[in-house]
Amino acid sequence: MDQIIREKIKLVKKGDQSAYEDVVSFFQNKIYQHCFRMLGNAHEAEDIAQEAFIRAYVNIHSFDDKRKFSTWLYRIATNLTIDRIRKRKPDYYLDAEVKGTDGLDMYSQLASKDRLPGEEVESIELQRYIHQEISGLPPKYRSIIMLRYLEEFSLQEISDILDIPLGTVKTRIHRGREALRKRLRHV
Amino acid sequence: MNCNKEAVELMHKYLDGDLSKPEETELRVHLEDCEACQTHFHELKRTITLIHSAEQISAPKNFTENVMQQLPAEKKRMRYSRWFKAHPILTAAAIFFVFMISGVFSAWNQDSELVVSKQEDLIIQGDTVIVPEGVTVEGDLLVKNGNLIVNGTVDGNVTLINGKLLEESIESEGLMASVGEVNGELKMVDQVFEWIWYKTKDLFKGIFAF
Ligand SMILES: [Zn+2]
Repeated sequence: MDQIIREKIKLVKKGDQSAYEDVVSFFQNKIYQHCFRMLGNAHEAEDIAQEAFIRAYVNIHSFDDKRKFSTWLYRIATNLTIDRIRKRKPDYYLDAEVKGTDGLDMYSQLASKDRLPGEEVESIELQRYIHQEISGLPPKYRSIIMLRYLEEFSLQEISDILDIPLGTVKTRIHRGREALRKRLRHV
Repeated sequence: MNCNKEAVELMHKYLDGDLSKPEETELRVHLEDCEACQTHFHELKRTITLIHSAEQISAPKNFTENVMQQLPAEKKRMRYSRWFKAHPILTAAAIFFVFMISGVFSAWNQDSELVVSKQEDLIIQGDTVIVPEGVTVEGDLLVKNGNLIVNGTVDGNVTLINGKLLEESIESEGLMASVGEVNGELKMVDQVFEWIWYKTKDLFKGIFAF
């Protein structure tokens, strides 16, 4: 898949806009999900995820072909989400964090998918609970936990994406795991 | 070993794949004796398993379309070029129609005057040029916008543009044969199509060059 993406990016750099459609299509769920977990609501997640893809397209010539495109794309998306969190007005921040808002968004997301048989609904509730606990971590731990365990990046790649030293990544992932251990211990 | 400081530190190093052999032994020995750390280690590993099973969220419908619509317009040249490459047959047809519409045919037809390269000893009847019996044309003969009947001889190449070589049959003798002869190459050019083909090839070369 990496190779296919690499070829598509070459075409995009030559000015072939339609090649970018495949790139967006391939990464849309990953990037949207990343933004959703960072921001906690569907509206902002869609806004920021779109913005990330548009910025990546506009700045495609500054992307170094020798590097991984996904790393670069996540970097843009993560920076945009952190920027958005910083710019939130205090009252908006409270609104977004009100309990139930997330669940409602999540619910409408799920409702559109195929309904699963009764047995698996329980596990969906658990999955949602875990998602909420991850979302409840402070952003600097949350982003690393997500990149490591949900997007499967290496610690070195996370250091590149977030532009922070590897040592800092390790300290934060350590703290993030401890925080989640306490939250998920009783599950 | 201090549980909270050293042992937990080693657990996290283990989870990041950073544990050295001696450290691994150190951690294992401690875990064998310390129930609290066993629980802690178990909880950490389970936490990671749980994180992996966090709910998967899909992008909203039409996400890709919406992104594509918001991109700045690409250079027109690239868009046309890609379309042409994707639809070569449609492109040829489109070019053909463009020529038709732009009046190539009528333009060509306006230039329909009969032209003959040499006229001495030749008979011209309407739009037909006749090389009469017993006449020998020395050298090449070109006829444009007219037909040619060769009853005599042409000592050279014959080029017909927008015209045909008519073979006059000598019916009285019951023969179907051309009576004259061309001692050279006969070339017929239906020039409108030739020209369109030439122009089309030219355009294709232009499209695929960049
Ligand atoms: Zn211990």
